[in-house]
Amino acid sequence: MPNHKASYESTPEANIFGFSMAELREMARRLRHHVVSMTATAGSGHPGGSLSAADIITTLYFKVMRHNPKNPQWAHRDRFILSKGHAAPVLYAALAESGYLPVPELSTLRKLDSRLQGHTDRNLTPGVEMSAGSLGMGLSFGIGVALAAKLDGRNYRTYVLLSDGECDEGQTWEAALSAAHFKLDNLTAIVDCNKIQLSGWTRDIMNLEPLNQKWQAFGWHTIDIDGHDFDQILAALQEARNTTNKPTVVIAHTVKGKGVSFMENNVKFHGKAPTPEEAEKALKELE
Amino acid sequence: MAVEVSTRETYGKTLIELGKRNPNIIVLDADLSPSTMTHFFAQEFPQRFFDCGLEEQNMIGIAAGLAASGKTVFASTFAIFASCRCFDQLRICLSQMGLNVKIVATHGGITVGEDGTSHQAIEDLALYCALPGFTVIVPADAIEAAQAVKVAADTYGPFYIRLSRPKTPLVYQENYHFALGKAITMRQGRDVTIIAMGIMVAKALEASDTLARQEIDCRVVNVPTLKPLDEEAIVKAASETRAIVVAEEHLAHGGLGSRVAQVVARQKPVSMEFVNLKDKYALSGKADELLQRYGLTAKDIEQAVRTVTKRAQGSL
Repeated sequence: MPNHKASYESTPEANIFGFSMAELREMARRLRHHVVSMTATAGSGHPGGSLSAADIITTLYFKVMRHNPKNPQWAHRDRFILSKGHAAPVLYAALAESGYLPVPELSTLRKLDSRLQGHTDRNLTPGVEMSAGSLGMGLSFGIGVALAAKLDGRNYRTYVLLSDGECDEGQTWEAALSAAHFKLDNLTAIVDCNKIQLSGWTRDIMNLEPLNQKWQAFGWHTIDIDGHDFDQILAALQEARNTTNKPTVVIAHTVKGKGVSFMENNVKFHGKAPTPEEAEKALKELE
Repeated sequence: MAVEVSTRETYGKTLIELGKRNPNIIVLDADLSPSTMTHFFAQEFPQRFFDCGLEEQNMIGIAAGLAASGKTVFASTFAIFASCRCFDQLRICLSQMGLNVKIVATHGGITVGEDGTSHQAIEDLALYCALPGFTVIVPADAIEAAQAVKVAADTYGPFYIRLSRPKTPLVYQENYHFALGKAITMRQGRDVTIIAMGIMVAKALEASDTLARQEIDCRVVNVPTLKPLDEEAIVKAASETRAIVVAEEHLAHGGLGSRVAQVVARQKPVSMEFVNLKDKYALSGKADELLQRYGLTAKDIEQAVRTVTKRAQGSL
């Protein structure tokens, strides 16, 4: 690995949404509102894991990442890779609210000829870094992106959002081994640990615990946080930036379906859209 | 006896040439670099070489991430692991995303030999040809291999190039020019066309020599690019000769034979025969013993030509 001294070229293109805590909270509410309304309109999709990730994605897009919606290919942008591709609705919502897409386009989710595919597609949606949907691939892709940063002497950061269920996939652990081996301190993995996978609680389907110790044993700096607490999310991402010589994983403890009372911790809403009646009720809660 | 040269050694040396020319080239391997010969590149450009360990799926994802960041990536391992072990990763990360990654796999086919069934990639071409956007190449010798690797480096998109373990006879001179997607007529003939790829090209030439003495005039066509296929050359062969024999070191389904048959059936139906590994795995043994046992010799091609000739003449 070449020991390039990272040279961040500051340019007016570096666009950081420096939201306040109140603004972050409001934006997360809007993203959740979009998620419910998009999946209800589509009649299918994965609201549960989108809602659990809303606060993490809000923090990244509106506070932490350097990115420019007017120039999605800006070479120095921080990269966000959604490995849990089924949470596409919440990513699309963040991309729309930050200016990559017109907000009304969100209602085309999953429709024929829409740019908003059921799972993310890099070649169709501006701002989407990776096509995903088959679980376990995002961290490997992120390693490639982070290696390229080191090779090119660029100091952009690479963030990969995984689900906890996705940690069942063997490839996740291949990637975990190699990211530590390559000493990728410019790579941060965030596990949206909502404790539920498609057919039940992760502890019943395939127990992952002790998850923190597993990542630690693989050579990662690990941080456990409440994934709905903006202060904790920000502090963890800052700690990741300050960590050298090894990658950091933020194990974000979240609630599946967070923000809608009857969707919270409800396995039914992993891969099922709310009915029109449920959506109406949910949207009222998210007013 | 023709001169025999290793395609994988040629690959390793060609990578160095490419690495000198293009600083954007990155090479990945999965703990097999002394065998795939990417270790030459690793020694020359240690900062641009990453050993991914025995993590083929991870390697494909890393390759995709590097390519998405503007790199031209070569990723190598044995053909069996480069196909069967990481097919979903190939599908999403390279085919769907259409990224600039070149999978150059060595130890293709049964000529890997003594390692046996687990190591003999004989369904790899069916798998790769099924992936939209992939260019699939099986060079006939080291001269063609070197050129195909260079063309892959200079052509955007995902490529699969299958090389062999043993040294293989040269069928070309140094002045040969490889053109992507083009078949090469190695020998003109009027009666039957033998279409071959990889190590079967040399055997097709040998068969055509023998058959010429029996007054069967064979055309020999090398099809190094399986995808996209040179349909024009195939239709021309079907129009100008009475029958076609396809010879390949691959299972019966989904390889060169299937692909040629699809073109012939649609555009110019003629009688066909297929020299391949049928629908069955092979065992351990020396490469030559296996080629004999499983029907991939010049004699097997000759037999297929005689069969298809009789059928075309209506006497079968």
